[in-house]
Amino acid sequence: MSERLPIIKTYKLAIGGKFPRSESGRTIEVHDSSQSLVAHVCQGSRKDLRNAVEVASKAQSGWANATAYLRGQVLYRLAEMMEGKRLELANAIGEGGEDEVNAAIDRVVHYAGWTDKYAQVMGGTNPVAGPYHNFTIPFAMGAVGVIAPDEPSLLGLVSLVMPVIAAGNACVVLASEKNPVPAMILSEAIATSDLPGGIINMLSGYRDELMEHFSSHRELIAIHAAGVSDEHRTLLRLGAADNLKRVTVRDDVDFFDEAACEGPDWMDPFIEFKTIWHPSAV
Amino acid sequence: MSIVSKPQASGIEAPKRLDLRAAIGGGIFEYAPAPESVRPEIADQYGLFIGGSFVEPASGNHFATINPATEDTLCMVADACASDVDRAVQAARDALPAWAGLSGKDRGKYLFRLARRMQERARELAVLETLDGGKPIKESRDVDIPLAAAHFFYHAGWADKLKYALPGRTPQPIGVCGQIIPWNFPLMMMAWKIAPALACGNTVVLKPAETTSLTALRFAQICQEIGLPKGVVNIVTGAGETGKAMVEHDGIDKIAFTGSTAVGKAIAKTVASTKKKLTLELGGKSANIIFEDASLDQAIEGIIEGIYFNQGHVCCAGSRLFVQESILDRVVDKLTDRMSTLRVGDPMDKNTDVGAINSKEQLGSIEKYLSTGENEGAVKHDVCQSTLPDKGYWCKPCFYTGVQPSHTIAREEIFGPVLAVMSFRTPDEAISRANNSPYGLAAGVWTDKGSKIFDVAKKLDAGIVWLNTYNKFDPTSPFGGYKESGFGREGGRHGLMAYCK
Repeated sequence: MSERLPIIKTYKLAIGGKFPRSESGRTIEVHDSSQSLVAHVCQGSRKDLRNAVEVASKAQSGWANATAYLRGQVLYRLAEMMEGKRLELANAIGEGGEDEVNAAIDRVVHYAGWTDKYAQVMGGTNPVAGPYHNFTIPFAMGAVGVIAPDEPSLLGLVSLVMPVIAAGNACVVLASEKNPVPAMILSEAIATSDLPGGIINMLSGYRDELMEHFSSHRELIAIHAAGVSDEHRTLLRLGAADNLKRVTVRDDVDFFDEAACEGPDWMDPFIEFKTIWHPSAV
Repeated sequence: MSIVSKPQASGIEAPKRLDLRAAIGGGIFEYAPAPESVRPEIADQYGLFIGGSFVEPASGNHFATINPATEDTLCMVADACASDVDRAVQAARDALPAWAGLSGKDRGKYLFRLARRMQERARELAVLETLDGGKPIKESRDVDIPLAAAHFFYHAGWADKLKYALPGRTPQPIGVCGQIIPWNFPLMMMAWKIAPALACGNTVVLKPAETTSLTALRFAQICQEIGLPKGVVNIVTGAGETGKAMVEHDGIDKIAFTGSTAVGKAIAKTVASTKKKLTLELGGKSANIIFEDASLDQAIEGIIEGIYFNQGHVCCAGSRLFVQESILDRVVDKLTDRMSTLRVGDPMDKNTDVGAINSKEQLGSIEKYLSTGENEGAVKHDVCQSTLPDKGYWCKPCFYTGVQPSHTIAREEIFGPVLAVMSFRTPDEAISRANNSPYGLAAGVWTDKGSKIFDVAKKLDAGIVWLNTYNKFDPTSPFGGYKESGFGREGGRHGLMAYCK
């Protein structure tokens, strides 16, 4: 009996809850460690990025205005869907894949629990010297660009995305250039979770091509990146000079270290604090 | 002197409102002058404060700082060049290990000492601020100086409590902080920068604005007086070139800037290729929204407070007024009434409401906006009835109606006593028009309906939202903006994050 001829899948982009091909019609081959072709992914373009930012911006306020309890449940549901795809994700990662998937799912659970807590930890009342009630509340910013590190391709991505969306933002992610497949499988888990379309949009493609467009896109209010070259870091930081983007680049992070990658500190750069005054005298 | 009496019975005609307005604003009932009499000693010339001493600038160059209310030169101030900045950074770097290594309690005690001496020398500082910057003495005396001292007092207490401020972190100082501040609230902005930096164990090089250096230099003397370790605070005076040298200096770990959005973006560009940390507090075009169910008299006071406080030289000034259509005429009428009694003139007079424009350059910029406003078709209401002094830089407070959202005066920060009045019909329209700006610093909302006021507050893209009040500040209350109004917060627990690793 001859060996079965495998089906080589082309992973598409994930934009607004749909899976379009790149408008550019370009694809990239993905090989495994033995250099055999395992899949194709789309080579995202500037226009794909712009489409993704547009849907992210539109979807964001609905997500931010959902109750914190609901957002927590939706993110926990995402962990459930990832659990069902553990093997597929681990295989796509390769060596050490199972540990990475476990850590990634646990990270999702961690941030799912923050949605209805960070406002209490990070906000507060301010004892001003006068007859005013004064309090500070964290709010989401809008659409955020995420540049995932090459490795760990899944855990790095999840660690950058979760604090962004737990805080009520939407994001457009550029997946690991080296191994984008786990990110694209994650998109399929996301599509079957209850997360509204457009909150996590996933692009695959080349950093050299797309980084400058992330940096200069005026609808992206913040950037969360890890594992970028000095040149790309400068490029991203130049975005701050354009529309005052809040650019956070994580250096030398061990994504497997829970203490280093979890907590409200990671959400802080993607939060705007609003301070409200009201007279309290009659 | 008798006051205008109320009508007693029918048949006796009440004085017309216009007459009353004329009587108060137009000269029948003049206030007697109430000048502040203290004249603090001002040296002929000031050096740079580096490493705990006043030193001459390398170039030997000084520039004049003037009183904008009289155009008289107050004294000469050193012009720091790149090598002076380098000396200051070196002094701050040398002082860093000992200051950062000091116990939080002792750092706190130094800050408490600074706060106390500022309170004790408050009158002198207030007069200096008014002489050098043109703001009314009652504002320097009641707002700027007390808040500056309070800021030091508040942060003094944080110095030994940082681990509670930032749970889950072991707060470490960032290092040497380069701080560049504007001329609108000179000493207060200095306090907002220096107090949290020092509390967190950083050392600083601060540059005051070139038109308002005197209170920062007086603060330098206070640092000497209380025995602050040398080099912890360094003050370099100068203009944009001095600031540029700071932004470009490799020995500075963090830049904190308050000023225009254009300069803020230029700074962000300069530091993009470095690892310098950056906080920016930039411009604004804040919306003040008046609903038909607001307490109108209070709202009118809030409008005045919002835009004419400190001659409108306020980054969070409520410069776009949105009035619900049904009450537009009444608001315009009441505003006209109230503004006719605003007293513009000698900042050293305790009765003065609106003082001098900070500089000739700023006056020129405001005047350009005034003519643009009219050229683009808005209607200017010149309702202020004060007589302006012959010398000095002055701008009568005014407002415009017939303003379209596309008009320059509705979009750009004027930084002067100029208000753009627009109307709206529904809360949604008010929110979307208020948010239709690249800025997002502050906003005001006026209504007596509780649920509405919180709903609107939630939906406004602004870092500070004043409900049924405006332009209130406190050291415990975080200040800073959304979008192109900058990033980072100053004050409160949140302000500490900008000065800790």
